[in-house]
Amino acid sequence: MAEIRVNRLQKNFGEFVAVKESSFTVKNGEFFCLLGPSGCGKTTTLRMIAGLELPTSGEIILGDDDVTFKRASERDIAFVFQLFALYPHMNVRANIGFPLKCDGLSRPEIRKRVEETAQILRITDLLDKPVSGLSGGDRQRVALGRAIVRKPMAFLMDEPLGALDSEFRHVMCNELRALHNRLKATTVYVTHDQLEAMSMADTIAVMNQGVIEQLGSPREIYDRPVSMFVADFIGSPSMNFLNLRTGLKAGSTSIFIDQTSVTIPAVREETAEADLVLGVRPENIFFSDSDGLPGDVFGVEYLGTTQIVTVTTGRGTVKARISSDTKAEIGDRVRLKFRPDKLSIFEKSSGRVLKSALHEGVTHG
Amino acid sequence: MNARSSTAHSVVEPSLTSRRVASVLVIVYAFVTLIPLFWIFATGFKTPPDSISYPPKVIFEPSLEGYCNLFTTRTRQTSEYIAQLGPPEGICDEVTRRREMVIAGTSNYAPRFINSVIIAFGSTFLSVFLGVMAAYGFSRFKVPLKDDLLFFILSTRMMPPIAVAIPIYLMYRELGLSDTKLGMILLYTAVNVSLAVWLLKGFIDEIPREYEEAAMIDGYTRLQAFRKVVLPQATTGIAATAIFCLIFAWNEYAFAVLLTSGDAQTAPPFIPTIIGEGGMDWPAVGAGTTLFLIPIFIFTILLRKHLLRGITFGAVRK
Repeated sequence: MAEIRVNRLQKNFGEFVAVKESSFTVKNGEFFCLLGPSGCGKTTTLRMIAGLELPTSGEIILGDDDVTFKRASERDIAFVFQLFALYPHMNVRANIGFPLKCDGLSRPEIRKRVEETAQILRITDLLDKPVSGLSGGDRQRVALGRAIVRKPMAFLMDEPLGALDSEFRHVMCNELRALHNRLKATTVYVTHDQLEAMSMADTIAVMNQGVIEQLGSPREIYDRPVSMFVADFIGSPSMNFLNLRTGLKAGSTSIFIDQTSVTIPAVREETAEADLVLGVRPENIFFSDSDGLPGDVFGVEYLGTTQIVTVTTGRGTVKARISSDTKAEIGDRVRLKFRPDKLSIFEKSSGRVLKSALHEGVTHG
Repeated sequence: MNARSSTAHSVVEPSLTSRRVASVLVIVYAFVTLIPLFWIFATGFKTPPDSISYPPKVIFEPSLEGYCNLFTTRTRQTSEYIAQLGPPEGICDEVTRRREMVIAGTSNYAPRFINSVIIAFGSTFLSVFLGVMAAYGFSRFKVPLKDDLLFFILSTRMMPPIAVAIPIYLMYRELGLSDTKLGMILLYTAVNVSLAVWLLKGFIDEIPREYEEAAMIDGYTRLQAFRKVVLPQATTGIAATAIFCLIFAWNEYAFAVLLTSGDAQTAPPFIPTIIGEGGMDWPAVGAGTTLFLIPIFIFTILLRKHLLRGITFGAVRK
């Protein structure tokens, strides 16, 4: 197991910049997620770490070894593909043992290691079956087996659950995380699914257009997004954005929206009057009888323990996640209050968050 | 569930009537295509008089005379000379003596047949080998002028090969390749390799790159990955390509007539030259043709399994 350090990594495909000067460190034994919409450069980054793609510039250090321009076969890493890439002309046992065969291990040794691996993944009964008859989940397990059998320095996974149906994806999510807890293997995991990333990762890097926008724990990324992109990408329903035009003084702890005072985390930077955006997560919105931002209930989605209430206000549509016990019917006049310590204010032109008490100590990409 | 027990609502399963019609059509078609083959096969077992009798004989007494004549050369002798010979050695001796002839030696059929085997299989191997390498290169690497090169390769098929017969004849004479096995192998390879590249490129394009990438990450070099992962999965394509190449090289007549006459002559130009007493020795021709069909028949049947098996089916979700 080893640490992976990625330093100012860049990849151009002709004119197109797929990955732009990205730097991050995956600590030894960490479950690291590269999260972003398709085409954001996350897979390219992973393929460069694997050695399947050579970077235009920058360096990749695996353990103590600079592997930037080494062949894939010379890096001690394992890769799990989205489409599994199980060799169809071999059975499960041969598939899992294939990397060991290359290392020149003896047959009994290969057999032993394959069987150990199969036990970890609980696929011992599948060992002598052809891979073509396996279900998606079993194929995924075999692909994982092929990765862990070699005890590599790091695991790289490219949307390994993307080809599974949603129900099964959840099961495999738990299994993967349990496996990671057991093996303590450095893992880089690429996904566009925020739920997967949130539920499994120790650290998430949110990528957008080749740039890492934010790097942090799932909680940090959720609660303290550094940009409107991150705020919007993470969370379902996503963060509500309320447009306002005002200036802010350092240290101020409230803003006015339509004559309603809203308490915000203490602002740490001064802004001249500009177009700003107040970001508030649906679950940080409450209904109030007396004061707050007025609005009309436009729609109600009942979800069991909670409900998503869509409210039209003078500042646009707002979605609130409130307890199902609260009565809300379409057409109701309601007043909205926000949880003061979890509000972010963004600069509309750049999408950047304004420094505040909430955002101290957050790592920007 | 078969069609009989399922309800009439099935949209995908053909109805009983249409399946019956299809069966009848297939049988009729098979019958039509098999008649010439059957006739060749039967002629091989006829006596020369039976083979040219009119109306043609469908029922006849089988004889090995055709096969005997195919492999031997014979000389006519007087009946007195034949009578004073000892008892006949083997069936061919007997059959030949009945025609007042004796066996003088072996014919050229066997060496011509072996030439055919060497040239056809040699050129097939070479075409498929070069084809699979080129196809892999074109499929996986950034080759400068890739499309132009592929078109250029295809363009060699845009005229009948025989159109360049004269230049090739002159070239081969200059190079000393006339009537050599190597010359024929190279010629058939040159004709077949374009087909092989195009066919195999299609098959290799279908094999996801992830397989090689996985193998390379597992510690194999590209060449090892190619050999252990790509080749086994391209078996279907290789088998199909090999059959096409072999059939062309095996059956090729025009170049063989033009460029070979002795040492490297293949069976196709040899068979029509079998002349017996009083014109064509049709039973010997029939016998020669029947034997000539056997290798390709076996080869096709052996590879048919590969042709039909979707080897990569289900391993990758698309």
